[in-house]
Amino acid sequence: MTATNYLRYSTALLMAAALAACGGGNHQSAVVSSPAPAGAAFEQGEAAAIARARADSARRPYTEADVAFMTGMIGHHAQAIEMSRMAPTHGASATVQTLAERIINAQEDEIATMQRWLRDRLQPVPDGKPHGMKMMHDGMEHEMLMPGMLTDAQMKQLDESRGKEFDRLFLTYMIQHHRGALTMVNELFSSYGAGQDELVFKFASDVNVDQTTEIARMERMLFALAMEKYSP
Amino acid sequence: MAFVHPSRRQATRSHFVPALRFSLAAGALAAAACIPSTTTAQTNNAGSASATAPSPDPRVGLRSGMMDAAEAYWNLKVLSKTPPSEKFVGITNSDLAFTGKYAIQGSYNGYQIWDISNPGNPRLETAYFCPASQSDVSVYKNLLFVSGEGLSGRIDCGGEGVKDTVSSERLRGLRIFDISDIKHPVNVGNVQTCRGSHTHTVLADPKDPDNVYVYISGSAGVRSPSELPGCSHETPDKDPNSALFRIEVIKVPVAHPEQAAIVSSPRIFNDLVAPPRHGEAPADIEAAARAAAAARARGGFTANVMGSEMVLPPAFTTPMLDSIVQARGGTGAPTAADSAALRAGLPGIIAKMMGGPAGSGNGPRPGPTQCHDITVYPAIGLAGGACEGYGLLLDISDPAHPVRIGAVADSNFSYWHSATFNNDGTKVLFTDEWGGGGQPKCRATDKPEWGADAIFTLENRKMVFQSYYKLPAAQTAEENCVAHNGSMIPIPGRDVMVQAWYQGGISVFDWTDVKNPHEIAYFDRGPVDSTHMVMGGSWSVYWYNGVLVSSEIARGLDIFQLTPSAFLSQNELDAARSVHLDYLNAQGQPHYVWPASFSLARAYVDQLERSNGLPSARIAAVRNSLDSAEEASGAQRRAALDAVATQIEGEASSSSDAAKVQKLAGAVRELASASR
Repeated sequence: MTATNYLRYSTALLMAAALAACGGGNHQSAVVSSPAPAGAAFEQGEAAAIARARADSARRPYTEADVAFMTGMIGHHAQAIEMSRMAPTHGASATVQTLAERIINAQEDEIATMQRWLRDRLQPVPDGKPHGMKMMHDGMEHEMLMPGMLTDAQMKQLDESRGKEFDRLFLTYMIQHHRGALTMVNELFSSYGAGQDELVFKFASDVNVDQTTEIARMERMLFALAMEKYSP
Repeated sequence: MAFVHPSRRQATRSHFVPALRFSLAAGALAAAACIPSTTTAQTNNAGSASATAPSPDPRVGLRSGMMDAAEAYWNLKVLSKTPPSEKFVGITNSDLAFTGKYAIQGSYNGYQIWDISNPGNPRLETAYFCPASQSDVSVYKNLLFVSGEGLSGRIDCGGEGVKDTVSSERLRGLRIFDISDIKHPVNVGNVQTCRGSHTHTVLADPKDPDNVYVYISGSAGVRSPSELPGCSHETPDKDPNSALFRIEVIKVPVAHPEQAAIVSSPRIFNDLVAPPRHGEAPADIEAAARAAAAARARGGFTANVMGSEMVLPPAFTTPMLDSIVQARGGTGAPTAADSAALRAGLPGIIAKMMGGPAGSGNGPRPGPTQCHDITVYPAIGLAGGACEGYGLLLDISDPAHPVRIGAVADSNFSYWHSATFNNDGTKVLFTDEWGGGGQPKCRATDKPEWGADAIFTLENRKMVFQSYYKLPAAQTAEENCVAHNGSMIPIPGRDVMVQAWYQGGISVFDWTDVKNPHEIAYFDRGPVDSTHMVMGGSWSVYWYNGVLVSSEIARGLDIFQLTPSAFLSQNELDAARSVHLDYLNAQGQPHYVWPASFSLARAYVDQLERSNGLPSARIAAVRNSLDSAEEASGAQRRAALDAVATQIEGEASSSSDAAKVQKLAGAVRELASASR
């Protein structure tokens, strides 16, 4: 055992001692500690510094496709949230309300993830508002809807519906919307050099599986709704 | 063979020794560290004192820090905290596997092998640089398996990534290493798969010692057929070789790992009939399954809709039957042939109603296309598959051809992630990795049944929902937190598990009573960063030969040991420690068997005291008998133990906890046989 290792080992003992001292193993006591960086062959403080440096500089290169995906998906998610927020006031069934609540929770967090990723890379960060991607075309700025996004007319139609009709439209449009997200993931992964960044890869893969899973759930809900009119 | 343990009295006493010796040095720290609590005397081993968690929960509001965050722990002690080695710092640590005295820790940069024979001071044996996500690791004898899923993984283990969308340099699948020389692993083979390998599961078939099987789970996109011939992202109705809706089984000849190859791609999701109603709440599922069965029994019609069997109302099917009768120019009631014709035609009709034939280019066919993880439990011939929206029960008696025998879904579950069986194989626990592990799903505002564990009993090989368990301490928005990997702790006669919750820390809980799972120990740190979320926390924590080993995504390798409490006696901990594993892959669940020992018998006595399964006078008497038997030896000990066993056997029928009394009697009888 080297001297430093011994030091570390005795620190562990000390911590164990501190634990034992807290009421002598009394089950009701928990221990809260603020450990000083432990002495070790490889210093904890040094590890933290390297981790920070790596996080800042040694990221794998990302491409325009990665940036476009993380940017475009923010507006895409924002629309799903806007649709979901209608559920409580538009007479949605309990099941659709639960679904909507989950979509809001999930996609708000994901917007924060995308915004953080862009901010960390000094890219423009869209607000979480439901609009398309701003594209320059012939010197004019156009807004392009991301795949699956509802048109203004579809949003209006959804907003004007109530009860079962709202449920039906919500599910139909959210399936359309989710499928668009899957298209975006496929486009990302078929772009040169894209998805090398682990965070983008993980995030896009998560969107892919989460929304695939949710589409299946919504398809079943939609069918059950269609069957209801035949039921006594 | 029997394991010799210090007596429980010694164990209890030694608990105080460090406190005395270090009391001066530790005094200030301990005083600052201890949460105010009502003081009670050290309880006896069974811990009959009230068993309540500290309140307010000290895990709430811990100070942040990469390597110096504040910590809270309860009913366990920290043996060591070891930062990653230089090339692995700042890179995600992933899953763990164990062999002999080694813990193998996956990382997005490769893997590190630690010698943990001294858990207070793990020693790095090997840091193998070979970037891949997620580097899920498993061992079998001299072989190490490592998963590669991401697009940047390279065959040559380089760190520069792969930019081309089609490249002969990319590795997505399974890497195989020979670790006979632990300091110098050799990459002896790779098996490329269409979707890469997110996780994998090693299945050793007792009937086939020459081979080991690896189930590949992968949820990422399908590769281009130009990169890996035969890969198809089309749905199975368009291309029977579709890489969707299947898992892959790799057969690895143990003597020739370089010949490892895919031997089958079972379509375990086909015609999935599970949660037949929109509610998908467990009670709804059960009721709907009954309704479907009843409808079928009386000749009614059901349809498989998006992976669910649904009853079709007569008002829907009767006009169709009538038109079939009309079409053949008939009159009157429909015949059996008419019904058969409708049954044959229904899938097409349903598909049309749903907007075209299944998977007709209108997006993907719904239903799970992949599993996230599969836990095999060879001792009972079953596996639990966590597959997108479903938890599946698989029969694995033929390892190359797993067969689905049950499926459940749950409207509170977002994404089925992994499965753990209890040791008896009578229960299974599934986790929901809501948000994929990168999101903070343990805030006070997140529902307790979302991103949690769901517990099922297995009744006639069917899964029956019982309850949810979620980490009970609210975490901040800067801490990614959701149910993740864990394993059973071999506390005899109880179902106790340790589980990783990312930055929620680790939680040890008891789910013996399936309706009332509850926490009995924990460890937690403050967030990596208090200003924004930085990935961190425990990826996985597993029990391995007496200690809890945790892979901390950002901070390295943590090792803990449970301490006695009202929930766990020293005897129960000693009995757990008597179980020895030669190796461990948590996804290949080992069956725990306890060698005969005084600790084992005393553990059951402690449990009977807790459950009032024997009168307190009898508890004391049995303890005394065991103590004197332990002091005796040879034939004398044997005779004493046989007498105790016989007496206890006679008491089972009158006990409220007869099964436990029988277990105690069995343990004492076994101990007698082991005495010479």
